[in-house]
Amino acid sequence: MAPLFPYLLRLADDRLVLGHRLSEWCGHGPILEEDIALANISLDLIGEATLLLKLAGEVEGQGRSEDALAYFRDAIDYRNALMAELPKGDFATTIVRQLLFSVFSLLQMQALTRSANADLAGIAAKAVKEARYHVRHCAQWVVTLGDGTEESHDRAQRALDDLWRYTGELFLADGIDREVAEAGLGVDPSTLESAWRADVDRVLSQAKLTVPQVAYMQRGGRDGKHTEHLGHLLSEMQIVARSHPGATW
Amino acid sequence: MVARTIPSREELFAILDEVKDPEVPVLSVVELGIVRDAVAFDTGVSITVTPTYSGCPAMREIEAEIRSALQAHGLGPVEIRTVYAPAWTTDWIAPSAREKLEAYGIAPPRPAAELDELVTLRRAKVRCPYCRSTNTEQKSAFGSTACKAIWFCRECRQPFEEFKAI
Repeated sequence: MAPLFPYLLRLADDRLVLGHRLSEWCGHGPILEEDIALANISLDLIGEATLLLKLAGEVEGQGRSEDALAYFRDAIDYRNALMAELPKGDFATTIVRQLLFSVFSLLQMQALTRSANADLAGIAAKAVKEARYHVRHCAQWVVTLGDGTEESHDRAQRALDDLWRYTGELFLADGIDREVAEAGLGVDPSTLESAWRADVDRVLSQAKLTVPQVAYMQRGGRDGKHTEHLGHLLSEMQIVARSHPGATW
Repeated sequence: MVARTIPSREELFAILDEVKDPEVPVLSVVELGIVRDAVAFDTGVSITVTPTYSGCPAMREIEAEIRSALQAHGLGPVEIRTVYAPAWTTDWIAPSAREKLEAYGIAPPRPAAELDELVTLRRAKVRCPYCRSTNTEQKSAFGSTACKAIWFCRECRQPFEEFKAI
């Protein structure tokens, strides 16, 4: 049987971890409108993660709910790409990362609308609409910052320089990816890279930003090897559920 | 013994048309297209709903209100099924409902097929629901709820919300 459960965890964890990171901006946005925007994008991502984790729990068949999977797995059991867990940094870092991820997410979800698993295809069809809105919003901001003042350009370029080495992992495919792709359930992420690069390049050139030369791409998140940042994020996200197991509100 | 007739799909939809969306109280959950199907059996009622956004926090409240509206008509037990396909689109909002939205002060959604390029610094104009001017500007792509954006009318100097097209 195709390893759909670990595949769904990868999809869900990217969105849960990045959604939680984005939520850190709530009340701290540079302007009110952007505070609202980042909280809204965060809500979409956490919503998508909830649906994906619920499906993952059903596929696993061990009775784990979406909450059990979100709150009671440790960092070593999380399967998100490293890019999602990096600290939010300044606004340029957050927006550049969000563009890089959202373009990936849009392509990935578009492909997953054709999944042989009807539940996953349905979740993907919703997520496509949300991701498209996120891409448009972030692209607009990246151009505004990159083609803006000297300082906004420098910050956007620095963010791109720092984040680029984390993009390679998004497109790494291992046995899990290939098996679910062969079964018609998932998509092999390596097939998305050229379309992703074309879309990202289009925005970056309009933003007058340059893709850095990177000798080594970071990796490990898909196998549970994370940066030190994930544990801190999870401790904050999980403390209430772990301190009061079974609590409802 | 009281003979109970099983309500038709239309009768169920009429009851659900009384349930308003908590975040857009001028529209019912039927007008918004959230209710996809309604079937009554001897043993209860089954309602199929679809969320507007994956993370829409109003869905739980909407489900609770659907239950209580049906129970108020003596119907139950109520089973609520959530489906994600086909994905909800603002194109399902009926023309009459669009007029209600505008009268309420929310600019109705444009056709969802009107997809812009990835990079658009200025989007198409939205008509001000108060003075009908198109001399408006988007202030924020996101608004007070997942389904709305914030605009400003340069003509009547009034901020207003737009129902995002998805």
